Order: sequence, then C-alpha cells, then structure tokens
Amino acid sequence: MCDGNTEARSRKLGSSAADFEAPAIALDHVTIGFPMAGGDTFIAVEDVSLNVAGGEFIAIVGPTGCGKSTLLNVVAGLLTPLEGTAYVLLRPLAGINPAAGYLFQADSLFPWKTAIENVAIGLEVAGEDSSNARKRATEWLARVGLKGFEQRYPHTMSGGQRKRVGLAQVLIREPQVLLMDEPFGPLDAQTRQIMGNLLLDLWSTKRQSVLFVTHDLEEAIALSDRVVILSSGPAARILGDWRVNIERPRDIAEVKHEERFRDLHREIWQVLRSEVMKGYERTGGG
Amino acid sequence: MWLRLGQVFIGIAAVALWQVLTTVPIGGTLLMAPFFFSTPVDVGTRVFKWFAEGTIWLHLGITLLEAVLAFVIGSIGGVIMGFWFARQPLVAALFDPYLKMTNALPRVVLAPIFALWFGLGIWSKVVLGVTLVFFIVFFNVYQGVKEVNPAILSNARMLGMNERQLLRHVYWPSALSWMFSSLHTSVGFAVVGAVIGEYLGASAGLGYLIQQAEGMFDVAGVFAGMVVLAVFVVALDTMVTMIENRLLVWRPTPAQGRS
Repeated sequence: MCDGNTEARSRKLGSSAADFEAPAIALDHVTIGFPMAGGDTFIAVEDVSLNVAGGEFIAIVGPTGCGKSTLLNVVAGLLTPLEGTAYVLLRPLAGINPAAGYLFQADSLFPWKTAIENVAIGLEVAGEDSSNARKRATEWLARVGLKGFEQRYPHTMSGGQRKRVGLAQVLIREPQVLLMDEPFGPLDAQTRQIMGNLLLDLWSTKRQSVLFVTHDLEEAIALSDRVVILSSGPAARILGDWRVNIERPRDIAEVKHEERFRDLHREIWQVLRSEVMKGYERTGGG
Repeated sequence: MWLRLGQVFIGIAAVALWQVLTTVPIGGTLLMAPFFFSTPVDVGTRVFKWFAEGTIWLHLGITLLEAVLAFVIGSIGGVIMGFWFARQPLVAALFDPYLKMTNALPRVVLAPIFALWFGLGIWSKVVLGVTLVFFIVFFNVYQGVKEVNPAILSNARMLGMNERQLLRHVYWPSALSWMFSSLHTSVGFAVVGAVIGEYLGASAGLGYLIQQAEGMFDVAGVFAGMVVLAVFVVALDTMVTMIENRLLVWRPTPAQGRS
C-alpha cells in the first residue's frame, strides 16, 4: 500500500517538468558483462550512472557495438547488470520492468496476428476484456495513421507501417517509460522523418520518460531533451551529456536548419567523431 | 495455361507410348510384353470395373481410415512431446540418443512385430503410420519451439505476458507453423505406413489389393492399384494445401507454386 502511494506521488512529481529530483529511471554505477568462452567476462558497459527525469526525452548516441542496446535491456529488466542497480520510480528493478514499453530494433510484431490483434494483445494479457481492448486498439491504429489496416498481417505491410503498429502496440499500455532501440534504423530517410514527427506528436500528449538509442546524432538532437554520448566499446562509458535547448513542438526536418541545432551538432560531433573512428579501427568498419 | 497443356501432353504421350509398345509389334516383336507390363487400356478397364462394381470403396475407406488415425495420433503425440522436450532441456538431453536411434530405424522392419502385437486388423497399420508421422511432427515442433524469434519473445515479455500466455500467444503459433510446414510430408508418410502395413498382411485396403494382384501375376491389377493410390494421395495433398492456406494466412505466400 505504502509503496503504491510513493509510486503515485513520484509519478506526479516527475510529470511536472520543473521537478527533476525524483527520476523515473536511475542507473546507479551499472556495469554490464557477458561470460565468454574460456571463463573470461566481456564487459560491454562499465560504471554508467544516468538519471532520467519524469517526462524527459533522452537520446543515447554511440558508435556501433558500444553496448547501447544492453543498457536499454537492463532498464527493461531483460538483462541483469553485473554490478550496480537500476531503479525504476525509486524502486530497484527485479525482473521485467512493468512500467516500461520497449520498441525493438528488429521486427518484433507477432506475424500470426493481424495489426489489430497485435495492438490489442498487451491489454488482453493484462486482463482487459477483448471487445474493449479491440476498441482501443482501433483508436490507437488510427492515431498512428493506420486506419483501415486493422485486418492486415505484418508481412503485407511496409517496414514503416510495421513500426507504426509496433508504436501503437507499445503505447496502448500507457507505459511511464518508453525504451526505443534504434526503432527507425531500418527505414529510409523520409520515412524516418515522418516516424520521428509522429513519435514526438504522440509523446507530447502523454510525456513519458524516453530512452532513445540511436547512432544518428542528427536524429538524436532533433528528438530529445538531452543527448548522452557513450564511448566506443568494450567497457563503454558515458563521455558527455548535453541539454538540447530547442523549444517544442519541433519539426524534425526543419529543426536541423536552426543555428542552435548546428552549433550543438558541431560540439557533440567533435567528441563523438574520435570514438566512431576508434570503433571503426577495432571492427574494421563492420 | 501453356504449362497445364504441357503437363497434360506429357501424361498423354507417356500413356500412348506405353500402349503402342505393348500392343503394336515393331520388327515382328512386342518391345514390352503385356504379361509383364499390361496395357493402359487393361489398367483403365480394371480401375473402371473396381469403381463400377463398387469394390474399391471398402479398400479406399480402410486405407483412408488408417492413414487419418495414424496422422492424428502421430501428430498429437509429436506436438505434445515436442513441446515438452523443448521446454525441458534436461528431459530432451536424457532421451536424445534413444530418440535418434528409434528414428534411424527403418520402420518397415517393425511392421511384422506390430502385426504380431496388434493383429491383422487396422491397428497394426495405424501404429506403423504413427511411428512415421510422430517423428516428423516431433522434430518440427521441437525445432519450432526452440527457435522462436528472440525479438518476438522479448517483445512478448515486455508486453506483460506470463509463462502461460507466452505458451499460447508465442510458442504455440510458432510451433504450429513449423508443424504445418511438415504437413505434406507427414500426411504422405501416414499413407505410406498404412499401405506398407496392408501389403505385409491384411484383409482389406489398397496395399492388400496390390499385394493380392502381385500374388496372382495380375500386372494390370498392380498398376490399377497404383493408379488409384496415386490419385488418392494427390487428392489428400490438395486438401492439405487448402487447409494450410487457410490456417497460415499470416505467412508470406504460403506454399505458392507448389501444385
């Protein structure tokens, strides 16, 4: 009972933009590693501490293979860190994070379910009755611009449409924390912009806390309140943390022409570039 | 359209060649003696007679019943065991060598034992069919459950599914799609099991019919039995394709261009 109250209160505090004292997510000296053949441990991410305030949109940028995704998996509760703790709404995370919605990089819709079934499933497994769940799923599909696609199976839709279904599937559960792992990575440039604007539009009404992983610095600045740069792996750590002071609402395509955007991009890129080069040297560009 | 015409032409040409070689002497001798090869006309007459007199229906019915029972029992067993083994790696590891041994065994050698155990009625044939169908379905379902797309699995977990819901919404449909991909093979093997069982000892069925004809050097009867069997299997296969297309609508172009 008591816990429930604090949770409700901290959520309320977090949603007022001025209050950044009660983080929605807190990573406290988190180290992530995997056992390797031969008994060694591969350290992907080392000693990362990060606070995400309620309603804050954070982009995590780093060279390929720096362990950005593993960081999201820890916050999701899919992965247990070697050291350190992840806190969600002030409570240490154990098991799957029920407050989080996760949009994966890979196609992760259920191919045997239609668009509407895919969106409704999150409510149905939570015990909501089927007709109600479908009604809300129809609304959500309309909200992501897929009215009339209810009965389509994923394989009959384009990559962008599938991402829209994925977005609806995650958001219908009204997660307080939104985790996105290069969600628009496989899409072409135009579709990425459209999806980015759609995301900002949907986010502006609910203002979840967002952790958005990308390797595209422009996308990161255009979308987020804060850009966090990770060093190239292994044992990646946080190199820097920039606040993006560009007012909302933003248009992804237009914001890129603003002076502040270009200044910030130049500043962050100077730090990021050497890391990217390091990453390339190690992996040979692969 | 041209493809179909071509297909029909090949069939007609082959039958015509057969008819000519068995009835028209070339250089004073028949190249194929009708005693050994029969003639298409004789075979056709025999098939027509079977259907006209209605004697064939009993045999067809028996074979169909055996095949269907073998398919259903084998599939159910395969699905249950496949699921169980895939979710319990220890059990799978324990039984692994024995499963492989049993699967490696040519099932024909079991037929006489099954006849001994289950009699000459339909059940010895059903069991023979089951041993064939079971392994196909088992290995496919096992694979299907093991190789569920990890991204889909993580997504399901993040959407709040518990173990039971994962089973229902993720593992089950995934395993089912693998099972269906083996449906054509397993239906075929169910028929093979039934016919071989009948061939080795029975009092009815298509296999029995063929075996009887062979025993009397009645080549026309053997060929007639084979023709009926072939048409029967093609009909079953068409039915399977129809069921498959219906149940696997979500799959990108299921089994297209197969027929």
